[in-house]
Amino acid sequence: MAARFSLDDESVVVIVGSGAGGGTLGNELAQKGIKVVILEAGARHEYDDFINNEWASFSQLSWGDARTASGSWRVAKDFPHLPAWIVKAVGGSTTHWAGASLRFQEHEFKTATTYGNLAGANLLDWPLTLAELEPYYARAEEKMGVTRTGGRPGLPGNNNFKIMKAGATKLGYKECNTGHMAINSRPRDNRNSCQQTGFCFQGCKWGAKWSTLYTEIPKGEATGKLEVRPESHVAHIEHDASDRVTGVVYFDKDGKIQRQKARIVAVAGNSIESPRLLLNSASSKFPDGLANSSGQVGRNYMRHVTGSVYGLFEKPVHMYRGTTMAGIIRDEARHDPSRGFAGGYEFETISLGLPFMAAFLDPGAWGREFTTALDSYSNLAGMWIVGEDMPQETNRITLSETKDRFGLAVADVHVDDHANDIAMRAHGYGQGRKLYEAVGATRVFPTPPYPSTHNLGTNRMSEKPRDGVVNKWGQTHDIKNLFVSDGSQFTTGGAENPTLTIVTLAIRQAEFIAAQMQQNAI
Amino acid sequence: MSLDKAPHEQGQPKVGVSRRNFLKRSSLAFSAAIAITPAGALLNTSEAWGLEVKGLKPETARTLILIARDIYPHDRVPDRFYAIAVRPWDTKAASDPATAAEIEGFIAGLDKAAGNGGYVGLGWEADRVALLREASSSNAFAMLRADLVTSLYNQPALWSIFGYEGESFSKGGYINRGFNDITWL
Repeated sequence: MAARFSLDDESVVVIVGSGAGGGTLGNELAQKGIKVVILEAGARHEYDDFINNEWASFSQLSWGDARTASGSWRVAKDFPHLPAWIVKAVGGSTTHWAGASLRFQEHEFKTATTYGNLAGANLLDWPLTLAELEPYYARAEEKMGVTRTGGRPGLPGNNNFKIMKAGATKLGYKECNTGHMAINSRPRDNRNSCQQTGFCFQGCKWGAKWSTLYTEIPKGEATGKLEVRPESHVAHIEHDASDRVTGVVYFDKDGKIQRQKARIVAVAGNSIESPRLLLNSASSKFPDGLANSSGQVGRNYMRHVTGSVYGLFEKPVHMYRGTTMAGIIRDEARHDPSRGFAGGYEFETISLGLPFMAAFLDPGAWGREFTTALDSYSNLAGMWIVGEDMPQETNRITLSETKDRFGLAVADVHVDDHANDIAMRAHGYGQGRKLYEAVGATRVFPTPPYPSTHNLGTNRMSEKPRDGVVNKWGQTHDIKNLFVSDGSQFTTGGAENPTLTIVTLAIRQAEFIAAQMQQNAI
Repeated sequence: MSLDKAPHEQGQPKVGVSRRNFLKRSSLAFSAAIAITPAGALLNTSEAWGLEVKGLKPETARTLILIARDIYPHDRVPDRFYAIAVRPWDTKAASDPATAAEIEGFIAGLDKAAGNGGYVGLGWEADRVALLREASSSNAFAMLRADLVTSLYNQPALWSIFGYEGESFSKGGYINRGFNDITWL
C-alpha cells in the first residue's frame, strides 16, 4: 500500500516528475527499501480514463501551462506557445509515447571523436560507453517487455507498415520490421496485448503499452516505500550553507505552498522543465541557478531532427488502424558522412487522425492544395523521420518574461536548426518520397516537425565539471545530493527514440544512489 | 431545426453529401441557399438546418460560413458543418465586443473590396479566394483560420466523409477489423 511521508521527513528521496526517468527511479529505489516521494505536477488519470479523441485527449494529458518559443525553427512561428507536445500527468510522457525502444549505437556515445569538429556544434563524448550500459539496457527491455528482445515476438504489421515495408524493399533497405516496441505482443506482466486500436499517443486504454503510470508506480507503491503526490508543482529546490540540497518548495493541488524536506532530490521533469526548475532555484549562493557552475544548465537543447512524409495512394490505407508506430527502417541510422551530414536517422511509421492531420500536415496552410490532401485522408500512409540533431550552446531553455499561474517564470525554448540538421531532414524527405513513389504514391507531402516530443540534453552529462551539469551517474557536479534523472542528462541525442535510454539510466542511477546512501556518502 | 442534429435525426431525409445534391445546391446563389429570417436567424432549407445568431450581424455569420468553405473547401461537406464551425465566433462575439468588432471589421473590409454585392456576391470561388489571399496576412484572418482548423475538423459527424473512423476502443480496436487488410500492394 502506498506510503505517506511527513513533510518534515528528512530521510526521503524526493523525485520531481513521474515519467520514464522519475517513475522508474522511484520504483527502483522503493524496491531497494528506500523511501521516496514523487511530486508530479499533473493529475492522475488511470488508463480507463484515457480518451480515443485527439483534441479531448490533448486537453486531458498535455502540458498546457504557458511556455514560449523563439529562434528560427518553424515551430516558433506555427506554435509559439506550444514548443513541445509532452505530458503533464502521472506517468508523464510514457502515457502518450509511441513505444519505440531502440538502443543507442556505440558511436553515438562518442560523437566528438567520431564526427570530428562541426562548426557550431557543441559535440562531446558521453562519459560512458555502450558496453557499460548494455546490461542495463537488457534490464530495461525486460522491465518494459520490449518486442524482438528477450525472446518476445514482434507485433503484427498494420496497413501503414505494409506500405513502408514494400517501399523499403523496393529501395533496397534491409533493416525494416515492426520494431522494438514496449507494447505487449502477447499478454505479459498482468497487462493486455495490443489490440491494434490506434490512439497510442492518446494513452493506451488496454494498458498494452508500457507506461510508468500502471507499471513502475503501482509496483513501487506496493512496497509501502513510495508516495506519489499528483498536482504538486515544484517551484524551487532549497539548499543549505554546505552546498547540499535540503528539500523542495511546491504548490499543492489547492495552490498552497508546501515544503518537503529531503535527503536527496532527483529532477526528472523533462528537458524543458528540469532546467527551468534549476534556473528558478537561483539563490544568493548560486545566482545563476543550481548546479550551474559550468553555465551549461539549459544549453544544448536537442529535439531530434524530425519531419514526416505522407504518401497519397489510389486505394485506401486506413493508416490510423493499429499501432501508431508500427514499423521502422534502420538503414539510414548509420553514421555515413558521404550522405552530406553526420549521424543518422530512422524512419518510423506514424499516423494522425483527421483532426490532428488538419492541424499538423502543413500548419497555416489553407485552400485547395491543402484540402485535396485531406479529401484523400483514408488513402494516406505516413512515416516519421527521427534523427540525431546537433547540440548547440545557443539552443537553450531560458527563463521567459512570461509567468505561470504561480508567478514562476516559464521556460522559453530557443532553437535554430544546425546546417547538419537541415541536410539530414532534406535527405530524409527525399528518401521518404522515393519510398512512397516506389509503391505507387500519386502525391507525397513533406510535413514539418511537430511540436517537440523528444526533448533532450539541457543538463548534459560530462566527464569534466566545466563541460556539463551531471556526471556519468546523473549526479550534479556541483551538489552531491542533487541528481538529474531524465533525458536532459543526454550528452548528445543519438538517432533513437530516447525513452529506453532514459529508463536504462534510471535503473543504473538507482543502484548508484542506493550504494551512496549505504556508504553515507550522500 | 437546429445544427446539432443531423436532418435524418430530425425526421428529415438525409441530404448533402451526394453528387446530385451538391450540384443542385451549388447551382443556387449562396445567398439564396442560406436565407436570413425576419428574426435574424440563418436558414438553409435544402440542408434543413437553422442557426440563431447572437453576437454578430446575421449577414456576417452567413458570410463567415462561405469564408470557412473558401478557406477549407471540401466539396463533399455540406454547409451545415461549416455553420457549426462558425458558431463559436458568434458565441464569443456575443460576450466580447472586441472580438465582435474585429470580425465585423474584417468582413466589412472584404465586402468593400468585393464591390457591389459584397463577398457573398462574388459568384466564383477563384475571385473570393483572391480576396482572401490579399487579406491573409491580417491578424483577423490568422485568428479565423487557426480557430477553424479545429472547429471544422474536430466534428466527429463529418469524419466519415473523409474515411476516418474515430474512436475504436469500444469496438475492440482493429485487431479483428481490418488493421492489416490491404490487398492491393
